[in-house]
Amino acid sequence: MKKQTRNLVIALVAALGIGAALPDVAEAQSVRSIRGADVADPELAVGNYKLIPDQAPLPRDYVQQPPLVPHKVEGYEVSINFNKCMDCHSWTRYRETGATKVSVTHFKDREGTELSNISPRRYFCLQCHVPQTDARPLVENQFQRAQGLR
Amino acid sequence: MTDNNKSLMQRIRGAGWGAVVLLFAAGVVFWGGFNWALEMTNTEKFCISCHEMQENVFKEYRNTIHYQNRTGVRATCPDCHVPKEWGPKMIRKVKASRELYGKVMGTIDTPEKFNQERLRLAENEWRRMKANNSQECRNCHNYEYFDYSVQGRRSNQMHQAGFAEGKTCIDCHKGIAHSLPPVVQNIGAERSGVAPEMLHPRPPAAQQ
Repeated sequence: MKKQTRNLVIALVAALGIGAALPDVAEAQSVRSIRGADVADPELAVGNYKLIPDQAPLPRDYVQQPPLVPHKVEGYEVSINFNKCMDCHSWTRYRETGATKVSVTHFKDREGTELSNISPRRYFCLQCHVPQTDARPLVENQFQRAQGLR
Repeated sequence: MTDNNKSLMQRIRGAGWGAVVLLFAAGVVFWGGFNWALEMTNTEKFCISCHEMQENVFKEYRNTIHYQNRTGVRATCPDCHVPKEWGPKMIRKVKASRELYGKVMGTIDTPEKFNQERLRLAENEWRRMKANNSQECRNCHNYEYFDYSVQGRRSNQMHQAGFAEGKTCIDCHKGIAHSLPPVVQNIGAERSGVAPEMLHPRPPAAQQ
């Protein structure tokens, strides 16, 4: 066997070997994502949850909890031009609308400096204040409301 | 020619009943044609055939309840922007011919240009709806037939307070179908935009 031919055969066998080994590697890499589907796949159907109807402010469960949103917020514009939440909850508007006014803690920048108006870092209200649905708790739990808030 | 001295009635009688029927038929065809062409320009399809509308206001409107909702009852462009009554409709249509000039000159043919003009365009519509007591809203939402017992806690209270002050729909419901222009809300650094008095006019009684 010529040296050249031998090398060629070795290369061929190696290539086949790698080819045979590859599927195993791919299988090991196929991690199941938490979202349960590929990113490009259509969104999973959300549960058939209903938003709770408009009601008076909901009680808080722990100290420093951001108050929950006791009404629907579907279609509310919060963009660079306009913040729908602040159209009722700002200090200039709450008397007329009867809404809860924004906490003074929102008038501080991240260094703790007091500002004369709402800090832009508080702009996206729904990051912390969330509307509620009729969904059941995901796991059984014995959570108790903070003592001072009962 | 002796014909010139005949009155109109005599001429018509002279031409015979055939001509009368013919004139009537021509009238029906012309009026029908005019109305048909007018209604052609009164459809969502026609409105978004211009990319100015398709790329800007139509995209915003697609996220709102008047585009898509639980029961599929919709309000399309002309339902809100063109009056239903004949007279006001003609006036609006003639005024809208100004938009053809804008189209040719490309005043709002990019989203950037549109946003530059958004405040002016919005104010035009707010002024128009305020002037006719939000007639286009009330074509469907007739507030005399509101059943407050099934309205939400907030709408129940605000509607009755608003009507008592003599407010009209557009006074509060600005930006329900399209994005608003920048509004002054006192968040962060100062900026220019729609003044709060513009977005929420004080009741007529309080202004005096």
